[in-house]
Amino acid sequence: MLLEQLINGLTLGSIYAIVALGYTLVFGVLGIINMAHGEIFMFGAFMGVVVTHTLQLPLALAFLVAIAVTAMLGLFLELIALRPLRGKKGVSHLAPLISTIGVSIFLENLAHHFFGAGNRPFNTSFSQLSIQIGSVTIYAVQLVIFAIAILLMISLSFWLSKTKAGKALRACAENLEAASLLGVNTKKMIMLTVIIASVIGGIAGVLVGMAFNSVTPQMGLSMGLKGLAIIILGGMGSVRGAMVGGLILGLSETMIVVFGESGYRDAIAFIAIIIILLVRPQGLFGQPVTEARR
Amino acid sequence: MGNVFKGLLAVIAVFTLALMSACGGNSETSGEQSDGSGDGTVDVKVGVISWLTGAGAGYGEAITNGFELANTEIKEEGKVNIELITEDSAGKQEQALSSAQKLMNSENVSMILGPTLSTEMKVVAPEADLNGVPIMGTSTTASGIPQIGDYVFRNSIPESLAIPAAVSSAVEKYDAKKVAILYGNDDVFTKSGYDTMKKVAEEQGLEVLTTETFQKGQADYNAQLTKIKDTKPDLILCSALYNEGAVIMDQARKMGIDVPFVGGNGFNSPEVIKIAGDAANGLIVATPWFGGSEDEKVQTFVDKYKEEYGNEPDQFAAQAYDALYILADAIERAGSDDRDAIRDALAETEGFEGVLGEMSFDEEGDIVMEPTVLTIKDGKFQPFE
Repeated sequence: MLLEQLINGLTLGSIYAIVALGYTLVFGVLGIINMAHGEIFMFGAFMGVVVTHTLQLPLALAFLVAIAVTAMLGLFLELIALRPLRGKKGVSHLAPLISTIGVSIFLENLAHHFFGAGNRPFNTSFSQLSIQIGSVTIYAVQLVIFAIAILLMISLSFWLSKTKAGKALRACAENLEAASLLGVNTKKMIMLTVIIASVIGGIAGVLVGMAFNSVTPQMGLSMGLKGLAIIILGGMGSVRGAMVGGLILGLSETMIVVFGESGYRDAIAFIAIIIILLVRPQGLFGQPVTEARR
Repeated sequence: MGNVFKGLLAVIAVFTLALMSACGGNSETSGEQSDGSGDGTVDVKVGVISWLTGAGAGYGEAITNGFELANTEIKEEGKVNIELITEDSAGKQEQALSSAQKLMNSENVSMILGPTLSTEMKVVAPEADLNGVPIMGTSTTASGIPQIGDYVFRNSIPESLAIPAAVSSAVEKYDAKKVAILYGNDDVFTKSGYDTMKKVAEEQGLEVLTTETFQKGQADYNAQLTKIKDTKPDLILCSALYNEGAVIMDQARKMGIDVPFVGGNGFNSPEVIKIAGDAANGLIVATPWFGGSEDEKVQTFVDKYKEEYGNEPDQFAAQAYDALYILADAIERAGSDDRDAIRDALAETEGFEGVLGEMSFDEEGDIVMEPTVLTIKDGKFQPFE
């Protein structure tokens, strides 16, 4: 039974990690916390509901639609809420934070308007598939989620460290003005980052719908807060940190239920984060801050 | 300096204008209202506080739909003319309280219906009672609500009545001895349901194998359910609202937990079947409301509701619908919009025939009625035998 719980924890952790990847990417490049990420994630989940349940179309299409829609949302987020505030004189560094909160409230209510307040079912025969090994049941969904999480992390790390676009992105993260002077199209790089982060959020949304069959307009908030906690735990802007942080949070939440009180699930998980941060203030994989950001 | 001053003046001027026009609008509408009476009907302003935005907006929707449908019919009868003024509480205590204060002080309502949650009722009811405004909860089922004061009523049967009925039926049928309990620990309603479940389990000599909790809006219940599965219970007592409850059942069935679930009032909604599908089979609830009943009154209500809003009425819609009828009946007997007269008439309500069945208020203002035990079988609610 412990093994099954471990798998539960890994599944939950992988989803947290994917959500956190989106946060960490935007923070790494733009130095802002994108509060609308949770709601974009929620929209991804609803696209899954619309495709698989309302339209009765195959699951693969749900991913494509979710990717397309969340990419559009990311584009709008950048054009409407982030770009107008960038580089202007007198704009507080907190302004983009507030404008993304605005976007998140807007998106939540939009989903409420379109899809209603209640929980929406996510019917796919795929979520019933399972493998029985001894007394342990492993669901295909759990394997897929874990695989997608690992795949996303590896490809993101590869893209960031090995490709030219990734290098340009890292240059932007280092210093926007210098990168621009060196011929990097910073506008394009930033837009690309926000879109990729949103798409990752959208994929996470479909995965959550698949795994838990629970999709509501409010799901973005709690997932968003967890994602934030994870990037602080793993180190702001670190891809590996997001992954490891997510797995730690998912596993610890599950293990608390196994060994102790389910009522303290969130409390103990966050106390663990506080303790880790006391020992390593920069997060597990974060670099200590040596100089002020641009 | 001069410019700043000019700017300030302009701002003040605009505000004054806006204020004046706002006041003008107000006096106009109130003038219209007093003109409306005079042909024998009683005009009454009734405030509604409901959860219309956020996680529980589904309840608020059903409740306000129930009120509106009843009000249209009552208006057609022409004896009482109720004006419903609806405020959103967003499921929050402080917002419910400020809505209530606005309704009582600015709108000067004769009566308040709602708020949706017991949590909200616990702060709103004392305030209404203090101001001498009768207040009736249509969905507040935690213990201790009508006991708050003389002006506080409710027409929703308390969990402490519904849950024991459901549990004892289930225990009898399945010869259950060992149970697991799962409940939401961040809500007065689901927690009070848990307290009742624990008490009933003790009284019936059931062994409680494990008690697990969850929080509102949680998505993943696998950890708790795996633990419950491991203890092999005969029954699972689950105090949850339907949004969470349906997901819990879905995940439990996928995991291979096939024992019956016994739920509280909040679990009783057709939405459970919509969300969980086949996984909802085996849910047992005791409820004041059974939409599948053959009663003519019930069927007309269900048909009308479906026609108007496109979905089946749940318990919350039915309770709201009946509440407004009880109120209209009381207003008719009181013959005025006086708060005290309405309170006294409400307290005298006895043997009122609504879609929920026969209802009376006891001396504390609590509802007296018989719950029906239902179960979900073959994808629909059926009487549990």
